[in-house]
Amino acid sequence: MLEIKDLTVEVKGKEIIRDLTLNIERGEVHVLFGPNGCGKTTLLMTILGLPNYKVTGGIMTFKGVDIINLPTNERVKLGMGMSFQHPPVIRGVKLGDMVNIAQGRKEERIDENLIVLAKRLNISVDFLNRDVNLGFSGGEVKRSEILQLLAQSPDFIMFDEPDSGVDVENIELIGGIMSELLDRNKRPSKRKKAGLIITHSGSIMRHIKVDRAHVMLEGRIACSGMPDEITKNVMESGFEKCVELCSKEVGTE
Amino acid sequence: MTKKELIERAGRAKTKKAALGEDIAIENFVTGREHDALNSLDEFPEEYQQDLLDAGIEPSEKDRSGSFLQRDCSVVFSTVKYPGLELMSTTDALKEHDWLKGYLWKAVPVDMDKYTAEVELEQTHGYFIRSEAGKKVTMPVQSCLFITTDKIGQKVHNIIIAEEDSELHIITGCSVSHAVNSALHLGVSEFYVKKGAKITFTMIHNWSRGMEVRPRSAVVIEDDGAFISNYILMTPVKSLQMYPTAYCVGRNARATFQTIIYAHGDTKIDSGSRAVLRGEGSRSEIISRVIAADNATVIARSDVIGEGANAKGHIECRGLMLSDTAEVDSIPELKATRKDLDLSHEAAVGKVAEEEIQYLMARGLSEEEATSVIIRGFLNVDITGLPDALARETKKMFDMSLEKVM
Repeated sequence: MLEIKDLTVEVKGKEIIRDLTLNIERGEVHVLFGPNGCGKTTLLMTILGLPNYKVTGGIMTFKGVDIINLPTNERVKLGMGMSFQHPPVIRGVKLGDMVNIAQGRKEERIDENLIVLAKRLNISVDFLNRDVNLGFSGGEVKRSEILQLLAQSPDFIMFDEPDSGVDVENIELIGGIMSELLDRNKRPSKRKKAGLIITHSGSIMRHIKVDRAHVMLEGRIACSGMPDEITKNVMESGFEKCVELCSKEVGTE
Repeated sequence: MTKKELIERAGRAKTKKAALGEDIAIENFVTGREHDALNSLDEFPEEYQQDLLDAGIEPSEKDRSGSFLQRDCSVVFSTVKYPGLELMSTTDALKEHDWLKGYLWKAVPVDMDKYTAEVELEQTHGYFIRSEAGKKVTMPVQSCLFITTDKIGQKVHNIIIAEEDSELHIITGCSVSHAVNSALHLGVSEFYVKKGAKITFTMIHNWSRGMEVRPRSAVVIEDDGAFISNYILMTPVKSLQMYPTAYCVGRNARATFQTIIYAHGDTKIDSGSRAVLRGEGSRSEIISRVIAADNATVIARSDVIGEGANAKGHIECRGLMLSDTAEVDSIPELKATRKDLDLSHEAAVGKVAEEEIQYLMARGLSEEEATSVIIRGFLNVDITGLPDALARETKKMFDMSLEKVM
């Protein structure tokens, strides 16, 4: 679904990602670990095509379409979606308006089905009437992002730290709904969606099964492997140690 | 003050320049011919019907408790459908009620400047609206001051009284025909909100590029009274200067001003709202949203003066710049005269934020659509205090006004 080869990205003239290669197939969910500043968010923003993220080399295709020069909304039309870590406040634009926009609805009323989905996310109708992200708590931001994704129903979804600043109960709730969004509850042959999750703490991993894990260091993917193993190594020994362990394994092969 | 004294005072102020706004040569404008009265608003010439709608006026008078239309300097229509409500030209009202003269120039000083003086000396009608004590007129009254003739100087004196425990909702539109290149509107409005009464006043200014506008408004609010003003201006205007003042004189008197201005073209606006909190526990809220595009210049003022015990006032003004050749001066002021007050303000002027556009694009909107959603959101003030139907209608009027400029 998403193919990235030798991607190099600059932000404000500074190279943040260098020669990065990553393939995510239909039905797969990948998780990306890495220390602060290693380029995880930059990668997501680049895939989404935000203007400050300048691709200076490499190839990036989505569903077989070269997307490097496509504006964000065209990529979204192709089936991409994103849960932002720190989405901006837009005054006077209500969460309900955002849900309608994500769903491509021109009406002011909100789809009944989405009100049901909102309830599952513990989002009340009153909350839908609040200005989006204005005074939202950490957990509320995540749930609001996920509700918008439910409305948008993209084929490929990126989650930027869905578990940061969220209490334990909400992580479980969010993990459950992410699993649905990403077809995790279906048999592997029936899975049509794909995803890429950034996590710092890894706590979301207890609530969603992923297929592959990567560790990113200094703008490139330093090691990849089975999620359980990588998660364990990262959590127990840290990012750099994990990468060391990875290369040892490669060395012994 | 006797009529003679008023005329004397006005005479002395005839050349007194206003404290704010550029000076207008009143003598360049005329009174013009009288227009014939109408039997219904539908009879108003077809070419002006859309302008009526744009100013929030419902020509069918559906869901209105009364309607008033002044064309240039003639009152051409005035009708009341609701008992307990009075609506007529101020000139007629002064003939009908001898006591009314006691309300003239009580809230606005006659010698405030040359414009108030001119209205006293050369008045051309205006409207008188009054709700009787205890009557809640929930259906809105509509009034429209319309200019159809070039070079007209409209000089109205409006008096609005909500007697004790009554309720009055007013939609008022000022509009001008496209054929008018240059005209002047001087409007003195004096509001009296008696004990426990409530007035909501929703005003849509639908001016054009050649209009010079000098409203002079003041409100006196008694114990437990409430005044809510919603002001919307979306069309260009040559020059507009106003600074309506609410005097919260009674205990727990409340005043709210909400102002929405989309200034474009060569528009010059100097607009403010002031609340004087004299009564114990009186409160005010001043909210403004100003967008400046093209070469527009806007001075957005707000002022709260706290004088009464436990008075509370808040100012929130936001500006959004859409052009490098536009200008917004945001001037919030607070004055405290004792220690048990709670006065605050927040003011911000900015541009359409990149990251907001990107966020909306990530939900599938094009850059242009995203910008439009942000602007709509910026101007989207929750209109409080209106009955449900009126709030919905006001929102519709606002959406229509916005649609025209976007």
